[in-house]
Amino acid sequence: MNRPALYWRAASFAVAAGFVGLWQLIADQRLVSPVFLPGPDRAWASLVRGFASGDLLDKLLGTLEHMAYGWLVASIAGIALGALIGSSRTMRSYVAPSLEFLRPLPVSAVIPVAIAMFGLTQSMALFVIAFGAIWPMLLATIHGFSAVEPRLYEVARSLHMSRLAIIFKIALPSASPDILAGMRLSVTVALILSVVCEILAGLDGLGHWVLLSARAFRSADLFAGVMLLGVIGYLTALAMSMVEKRLLKWRSSGH
Amino acid sequence: MIPERFKAFLLPIAILAIFEIWARVAHLQSDSLAPPSAIAVAFVEAFQDGSMLTATRDTLISAFAGLSIGGAVGLAFGIALGIFHIFDRLMEVTIEAIRPIPSIALLPIALIALGFGYRMEIVIVAFACVWPILILTRAAVGGIEPRLIEVSRALRLSPVDRVRKIIIPAALPRIFLAFRLAAGIALIVAVTVEIAINPIGLGAAIMTAQQALRPDLMLAYLFWIGLIGYLLNTGLMLAQRHLFGRAALVGDSA
Repeated sequence: MNRPALYWRAASFAVAAGFVGLWQLIADQRLVSPVFLPGPDRAWASLVRGFASGDLLDKLLGTLEHMAYGWLVASIAGIALGALIGSSRTMRSYVAPSLEFLRPLPVSAVIPVAIAMFGLTQSMALFVIAFGAIWPMLLATIHGFSAVEPRLYEVARSLHMSRLAIIFKIALPSASPDILAGMRLSVTVALILSVVCEILAGLDGLGHWVLLSARAFRSADLFAGVMLLGVIGYLTALAMSMVEKRLLKWRSSGH
Repeated sequence: MIPERFKAFLLPIAILAIFEIWARVAHLQSDSLAPPSAIAVAFVEAFQDGSMLTATRDTLISAFAGLSIGGAVGLAFGIALGIFHIFDRLMEVTIEAIRPIPSIALLPIALIALGFGYRMEIVIVAFACVWPILILTRAAVGGIEPRLIEVSRALRLSPVDRVRKIIIPAALPRIFLAFRLAAGIALIVAVTVEIAINPIGLGAAIMTAQQALRPDLMLAYLFWIGLIGYLLNTGLMLAQRHLFGRAALVGDSA
């Protein structure tokens, strides 16, 4: 980072700090009832206390676990199914329209169905999160496969490559930018659905924590939980974009 | 050769037919599944007694109210950030700190501050809608041909006229794209809030059907929610193509 950019960054942090100061001022002056709005000092103290006692850490790990399992299942299933559908023109013309119809479906609407099938259990959460997170990856993989440069397929045919080899050596690498973009989107979906499932089913996690804090009007704990969820959202998005940049380096150098 | 249009319907029809036959042969008794014919009957009944329409109205009111509020805020900030680079750079950290908070995490805060009902749902939908519109509007305004801005300077347009006559028309196709994305998000968030906690609208109706052990009604609602999502998306996509023609394709790859 060059010097002016660094100054701008510092100024931007100062503005953010100013907003936190304003928040503190509003809380101190009791312009908003402290039942709803704790000051940043109380929220921070609650965050530190929660981590010191280990409560909050358990909840954080719980949420991360739900997210990670659901997302992994969705990634594997999404890419495999997408490869299967995307690599065959016939499959594409039969299956893709149905998938397009399902795409705008608010995925949380399958939660009641999942509850009816699995009850208020971990498997319900896993099913919902995986079901929700699969769409971006599935559709991105199909799109990536159908957008592969046709000449590459011709080359593969003249080399007498098997269908599996074509998928692994040509289609998957060529579709990887689409797939990674889909994976990035679905991390966010997985986080949101984890929180919703925890709220509904009372599973151990930050969603349950914020709901209990709200019910008991412990607003400092509530804000601490919401801040942590924001941090998870920020860090997972950051990690995904770093992975994306790293894995796709070959692309920018090649063309 | 089977025509393309027919192929699209073949899979869903086949699945429904197989399911119907299986349910009849196996005398299905389940809390989670129901044969398609029973779902259709439940759908028609819920439609006729008006409960489905009331729920739809509640959900759509919340979704669109949230979309308008969040959209207006996002649009205003997006234009301001796109025009004034100083402002943009100063707000960067603040925006990056608030944006990743999952909208649904605000649910408990909205719950204790506003209670159940339309208001808390609208606030959460609005928060979710601000971000896509803000980010895409900022990019759209920042990407306007600099010569247009020069023209507006040469014409000595007032700042208000500059926004109204140059910036908004030039950025409109991409702003509409942002609006379409946000409309989808609004519906998703509204239904999610209703399923999680708020006792109004389609989300609450589908949860009630589940708890009443009425899988036929539950699946009828699921189908209806999916149909609304599909129609909303298709309608806005058509509007986008109709209104902006080729210009609509500008941002779609993004």
